[in-house]
Amino acid sequence: MTELQGYLLLSALLFTIGLAGAITRRNAILALIGIELMLNAANLNFIAFWRFGPNPEALTGLMFVIFSIAIAAAEAAVGLALIIAIYRHYKSVNLDEMNNLKG
Amino acid sequence: MSPVFLILALVTLLSAVAAISFRNLVHCSLSLVVTFAGLAGLYLQLHAQFVGFAQVLVYIGAVAILIVFAILLTRSADTPNHAVLAPGWLVGIAVAVVVFGALGLAILKSEAISKKVPAAPEATVKQIGDALMNQYVLPLEVIGLLLTAAMIGAVIIAMRDDKEAK
Amino acid sequence: MVESLDQLFVNLKHWALGFLPEALQPLVSAVLSIVPLVAVFGGLFAIVTIFERKGLGRIQNRYGPNRVGIPFTDIRLAGFGQFIPDGIKALIKEDVVPRAADKVVHFLAPVVLLIPVLLTYAVLPIGRNMTVVDFDAGVLFFFSVGAAVEISVFMAGWSSRNKYSLLGAMRGIAQMISYEIPLILSAVTVIMLVGSLKTSDIVAAQAGFTAGLPNWFVLTPWGFAGFVMFLIAALAESNRAPFDLPEAESELIAGYFTEYSGFKFALFFLGEYLGMFAIIGLGITLFLGGWHAPFPFLTWVPSYVWFMTKLLAIVFFFIWVRGTLPRLRMDQLMSFAWKFMIPMALINLVVAAVWHFMAGTGAARWVVCALLIAGPYVLLGRGLMENKHLGKRTYRFAD
Repeated sequence: MTELQGYLLLSALLFTIGLAGAITRRNAILALIGIELMLNAANLNFIAFWRFGPNPEALTGLMFVIFSIAIAAAEAAVGLALIIAIYRHYKSVNLDEMNNLKG
Repeated sequence: MSPVFLILALVTLLSAVAAISFRNLVHCSLSLVVTFAGLAGLYLQLHAQFVGFAQVLVYIGAVAILIVFAILLTRSADTPNHAVLAPGWLVGIAVAVVVFGALGLAILKSEAISKKVPAAPEATVKQIGDALMNQYVLPLEVIGLLLTAAMIGAVIIAMRDDKEAK
Repeated sequence: MVESLDQLFVNLKHWALGFLPEALQPLVSAVLSIVPLVAVFGGLFAIVTIFERKGLGRIQNRYGPNRVGIPFTDIRLAGFGQFIPDGIKALIKEDVVPRAADKVVHFLAPVVLLIPVLLTYAVLPIGRNMTVVDFDAGVLFFFSVGAAVEISVFMAGWSSRNKYSLLGAMRGIAQMISYEIPLILSAVTVIMLVGSLKTSDIVAAQAGFTAGLPNWFVLTPWGFAGFVMFLIAALAESNRAPFDLPEAESELIAGYFTEYSGFKFALFFLGEYLGMFAIIGLGITLFLGGWHAPFPFLTWVPSYVWFMTKLLAIVFFFIWVRGTLPRLRMDQLMSFAWKFMIPMALINLVVAAVWHFMAGTGAARWVVCALLIAGPYVLLGRGLMENKHLGKRTYRFAD
């Protein structure tokens, strides 16, 4: 197993853990934590490919990760604001109870 | 496989598993912090210093704190008494395992992954700054706009309505 | 002679490393850099606590500690031995953990506080060639590691299961996040003009003298405004008066470390002071010329002496502020950060850019830049005073 494959496998495992967390837990905040884990796994992939890829001087992988980190911050802010707004309405952050389309 | 990589990978994976399996949400978010720190360490191992520090600043300094605030504001800091798993959790785990199987198979069998390890690339802050200000200036501006929009959006969504307050 | 005195510690380290086999050198080199740093700043912490108590005592018309000197002798040293019994007391006190507390998190919180605080010292240039690791992204490292302190504040506040602790922690985190923005924005002006995040480059950019005055950034209009904002934000980041709401004794007992006693409390205390020294050290590096001497005829004094002198001067200023200013209210604190500091920091960023582009215009750029800072300052200040967002404290007494 090469070093790159090691990083890719780690990233795949991290992605799987994030996915499992996002779909098996009831809590909306935990779903968000799972999504963050998946995003981070993707970032790790980018960096690993940048490091072991053919032309690292183009910095493409790094740039992708920098932008992705910025987007993840925005995503977390909006996602948590939504969770707080939903909590105010339903008095719960349980994903199963959010099944009502009426306001 | 250097020992440093193995240790960091183990810390990252264990804390990631902990982050989604603790019953108490605060423990989950604290484990998530460890995962983020482990990932930052891995970035440093991959010679991506700037990204590693940015990871710590944004994820530990901002995202983790945001999550913690959300946990406290939604009063879910206590250990729940009811079931924490969604009804179809077995299916969920099965799906995750299948996804990992597919990804792992692709990684191990791929011909495209070159066996040779290139020399460590150098990405100084100056290079990154030059790239951001020349080649990637449009994405940078768009990100700035997006962050502003997200901030305003988040404030408006989370703001208490005046009607509700009265 | 002057040269060797300046490089004394650097040469000592290299001399000691010469006796060791090649394989051990990186490890021992790291240890030899870290141990003296921790020892020196730990010692500074012990002295400054006494200094602070005595200074506050002077300001409040009392003596402060003046009894304890060297143990088992009659030498009193004006009370400067007080830290020895204080330390012993902290060590042998019973360590009380509340029954409802989350034991693991409660135990980890002081450790999580101390690790990032100690890590920040790695990038501080405390003398010529005296930086532990000169990262290419040094200033970013400082701020990113410093951000981890907030996690420890939350851990301490939440795990204690005490409403005062939790309130103090939430106040602390809100305050730290709010003041981190002006702190970083005011540091960005320097980074922008130097064109590097490396701390040694920033210090090197402030070398030399013009007309008998040093080329420090604090002596430019944007640098002065930036330094003042940096100091205010640093006061808030290190939770010191007048921004000590998170631990306001009279309201919240001690804030997030109410439920800590004995050695863990001492660790919090230590972490707070070390954090304060680190952030002051960064301020010195960014604005006060790092280890450079203030006047050409004083360049023979070793560089680390200058760094420590500047550090102590600002620490004294912090003590003075603590003894003088009353504590802010929570809403005043927040509106000061968001309505005054952040707009001013953003304006200062523009001013720094104007300063850069007006290079070579002589006195004109001084006038333009000074006006660009003074104008918004007056307008913003007046506007906020009129709407009573900021302003003097009014006292109402019971009739």
